[in-house]
Amino acid sequence: MTGNRNPGADARAQHGLWRASFWLIMRRVVQLSFFLLFASGPWLVIWIAKGTLASSMTLGVLPLTDPLIVAQSLAARHVPETLALIGAAIVLGAYLLIGGRVYCSWVCPINPVTDLAAWLRRRLDIGKGWVMKKQTRYWVLGAVLAASAITGTIAFELVNPITTLYRNLLFGLSWGLSLVAMIFLFDLFVARDGWCGHICPVGTFYGLINTHGLLRVSARGRARCDDCMDCYGVCPEMHVISPALKGKDDQSPIISSRDCTACGRCIDVCPERVFAFTHRFDERVDLQAPPAENELQNVA
Amino acid sequence: MAISSSKNGGGFDPKRRRALKEIAASCVGAVAITTFLAGLGSLSRPLPAATLRPPGALGEREFQSACVRCGLCVRDCPYKTLRLAEAGDGPAIGTPYFLAREVPCEMCDDIPCVKACPTGALDHALVDIDKARMGQAILTGRETCLNMQGLRCDVCYRVCPLIDKAITLQVTHNARTSRHAIFEPVVHADACTGCGKCEKACVLDETAIRVVPLALARGAHDIHYRRGWIEKNKAGKELVPGIVDLPDRMPAPPTLSTIPKVPQ
Repeated sequence: MTGNRNPGADARAQHGLWRASFWLIMRRVVQLSFFLLFASGPWLVIWIAKGTLASSMTLGVLPLTDPLIVAQSLAARHVPETLALIGAAIVLGAYLLIGGRVYCSWVCPINPVTDLAAWLRRRLDIGKGWVMKKQTRYWVLGAVLAASAITGTIAFELVNPITTLYRNLLFGLSWGLSLVAMIFLFDLFVARDGWCGHICPVGTFYGLINTHGLLRVSARGRARCDDCMDCYGVCPEMHVISPALKGKDDQSPIISSRDCTACGRCIDVCPERVFAFTHRFDERVDLQAPPAENELQNVA
Repeated sequence: MAISSSKNGGGFDPKRRRALKEIAASCVGAVAITTFLAGLGSLSRPLPAATLRPPGALGEREFQSACVRCGLCVRDCPYKTLRLAEAGDGPAIGTPYFLAREVPCEMCDDIPCVKACPTGALDHALVDIDKARMGQAILTGRETCLNMQGLRCDVCYRVCPLIDKAITLQVTHNARTSRHAIFEPVVHADACTGCGKCEKACVLDETAIRVVPLALARGAHDIHYRRGWIEKNKAGKELVPGIVDLPDRMPAPPTLSTIPKVPQ
């Protein structure tokens, strides 16, 4: 059903490379910017954010701490200093407001890796591979907290590819690169969207607080949908699309699933421009039929 | 048909069985992941002898529950003493440590590494760097130490930030020359911070004095062993009043009288 090896080709043909890749490029820019905030210190001696994504201090005033790491520390029966607790509260609050899994698409350094694996997987027509259960990720999250409690360590930090990759690039170590390679190969050959969509406890944790976030994608133009399936082809969590895209008139066009990472790839690749970024309460639906080709040209 | 009837009558129900199977599989998976992470966690626990934690570090076990491996202490160390552990370095991956022989702790008065720690893995209660206990120096090379051979090197003693408290020179007779003295560097555990400046400064190619993590350097009193003079102080009186005082044995030449004679 999603056998299209090159979703987005139609959008590129109709709307040009820029509009068919706009949000992808934006995301890469944002991901790189986050990294450069940290890297400018060790690389250029311009200190903006110190530390890693595990815990950091920006410009000496803004502490940020990964709330899942604090949760593991608490499970390991250590109550962190106020600085880490404040940092975790800020991160938690920010993602509650904007949407938890925005982290996955816009900040996490593993996202480009698994995106590349997914792209290659489509081009090589590898197929779905091992289909993991939807609830697997929750078991992994539970296991991580249980391991922390049992061993009295922050268990996932032993293998967390996100913080390990940052630490490696910022402190000149190398162990993280093998972890990243493992995830790439796993996503490429074993399971489609396997790591980010089914295993990573960090994404699962942010998914749990992805219920009231403001930033959402709307299938506002769903009346124009011609079932080309390109959005399903690129979406790393494709089950999130249907309720909004295929919803009846009285159903919300907002993609409200907690699994949606708000990556905006569906917006890019849709030749009919069905999708748009908006806020959670925007229930507007375009009612007109698909626009003619020349009209689209004018819009572009 | 058979299935639907069995649903009503209980017994075999493929849906229920599948659900149970899934739950069982998930449990097995979760236990496997937990065991895997727990195994990794316990592997990384012991701190190797040459590696020292930053000042104020909690005990190794508590440290593992607190350190988020963010590297903020490393960033704020002005002397680049601290580093994050790479796989194979010994300490748990990504945790901060230092090697005294390479770059010792300079014992900053304001302890910036502790201040930078967001989690308290480096205990914020440490405000006086002289109270830090990163490890303890031990004269491991008593045979190679120049001072122990009757020479006057004294370098470890001179560089000690707590000279005459953490390291003193103990004078004894030099039996080799019978005219000179031996100035033995003696480390005092009650003052040594484990900064490692002595280890760094030792003039030998292979250092004769090493700083070792506390857990390795020090033993502990057996809690069942009660030392009379301490118990007496605590109680304010003798624990067993009127204790029998046995007659002291006077010095005397050893006697062989108790050894039975072997008949010839």
